[in-house]
Amino acid sequence: MIFATVGTQLAFDRMISALDDWAGRNQDVVVYAQTGPAEYMPQHMGFADFLAPGKVTDYMREAELIVSHAGMGSIITAMYLRKPVIIMPRKASLGEHRNEHQMATAKWLANRKGIIVAWEASDLARILDRRAQLESGPAISEVADGALVKKLSRYIQSLQ
Amino acid sequence: MKKILLVASGGGHWVQLQRLRGAFEDHKLLWMTTVKDYSSPHNEPCFIVQDANMWNKLALLKMFLQVAWVMLKTRPDIVVTTGAAPGFAAILYGRLLGARTIWIDSIANGEALSQSGAKVGRWAHVWLTQWEHLSKPSGPHYWGAVL
Repeated sequence: MIFATVGTQLAFDRMISALDDWAGRNQDVVVYAQTGPAEYMPQHMGFADFLAPGKVTDYMREAELIVSHAGMGSIITAMYLRKPVIIMPRKASLGEHRNEHQMATAKWLANRKGIIVAWEASDLARILDRRAQLESGPAISEVADGALVKKLSRYIQSLQ
Repeated sequence: MKKILLVASGGGHWVQLQRLRGAFEDHKLLWMTTVKDYSSPHNEPCFIVQDANMWNKLALLKMFLQVAWVMLKTRPDIVVTTGAAPGFAAILYGRLLGARTIWIDSIANGEALSQSGAKVGRWAHVWLTQWEHLSKPSGPHYWGAVL
């Protein structure tokens, strides 16, 4: 199963319609998408506008591949579950978000193992066609344990 | 033991704050978010407020009133937030109510600080970015990242 998510806030019809087109050409593959407050109605895949957070994690755990907007919530969850994830950045220039931070996220993560960037809708089908080659990334811990946690902890202990 | 209010909007803000929970062990935790289906990791109290941004003034007003109500009712000693708008409100009220306040800008903001983060920085006692190259001697500071 391929699971797609656009996060909790905004629709991302450019990604969902490209995925739906691909699903129409690949009817042997099960695709399920969380589409947000979308206008586009998928024809070739199961979908829900919103899913409870626990449900999103369940779908992600079950999926062999995740397609996501370039939002850190979905990306961190996919990394933790060690699923290969195709990320497509929203473009503020197309009204898909309020600023271009998802482009920055995609540039930052483009070379990380387990993550592949679909810069444009047309890249998505091309990447999905060779999905057998996608690998998952290294494990990340469930919670952070690095310098940030240690310094926050120390700061809080210092407040008496 | 301190009473810590942990504030994050839905999605990435919430996931990042969850990843930091090791820093708050042994304290009394209260959570605040914008998604009604979210639950706190150990059934601590979780308050739901209106999601809002600068483009919707009415939602913003409702959110500020909700955050004020929760904070007057609970009186946290420390406020920690990864953004976005409700965290901004929580930092301001935290200052007014005498709490220590910590803003951690989202790791998604790797090229520029978030709009809320840039504005709220001088109010927070601890003002952090998760990107070293965005840190400055006068703040935001860099203490590390959630990844």
